[in-house]
Amino acid sequence: MDFDKELDARGLNCPLPILRVKKTLAEMTGGQALKVVATDSGSVKDFQAFCRQTGNELLESSEGNGEYTFLIKKKA
Amino acid sequence: MAKKLAIIASKGTLDWAYPPFILASTAAALDYEVQIFFTFYGLTLLKKELDAKISPLGNPAMPMPVPMPNLVQMLPGMESMATMMMKQKMKDKGVASLEELRSLCQEADVKVIACQMTVDLFDFKKEDFIDGIEFGGAATFFEFASEADVSLFI
Repeated sequence: MDFDKELDARGLNCPLPILRVKKTLAEMTGGQALKVVATDSGSVKDFQAFCRQTGNELLESSEGNGEYTFLIKKKA
Repeated sequence: MAKKLAIIASKGTLDWAYPPFILASTAAALDYEVQIFFTFYGLTLLKKELDAKISPLGNPAMPMPVPMPNLVQMLPGMESMATMMMKQKMKDKGVASLEELRSLCQEADVKVIACQMTVDLFDFKKEDFIDGIEFGGAATFFEFASEADVSLFI
């Protein structure tokens, strides 16, 4: 999958992954995609909720080896 | 228009200090306009040097590595030890420190009101508090809270 920026949120617990993503998205332009890797199992539901509330698009959400990978497209 | 979150933070122990800062920083990330009114013991969370402690005493729900009767929990040093152990556990699990969450709130423009009555009551000095806060009373809180979508008392 293509992405413009990557954020390593491994080892961080709630609410830090969300806060880091918010900060990183602010540095990007609309339409760009951010890849996030996290280890917090709560982040799966939280990123869905985050995207629904902020208007950013959750393009992908996957899990493997105890890691959760998300692809978020910044709203235009 | 942005949604609004109003919080009253009235407690100053380590465990009770987390919810206001976690919820405020997260709401800010969700584009809420956030205001926290710090009152009574919650006011100590605005001191430059954070010194929030946790006590197992009178807190029977606190998970302990070994069961410990109240009589042991009241021994000198137990509170410091419990606080140290809790902080270490939080660090190991990737939970942010209070200092970090507090500065994230400030970066996100969470508005902080310190209760003037409490400042007077406990003879707190304004120079002991972090910068960028305002002082006010109950009426100040209601001005914002009356228009808030979510209001929490913690």
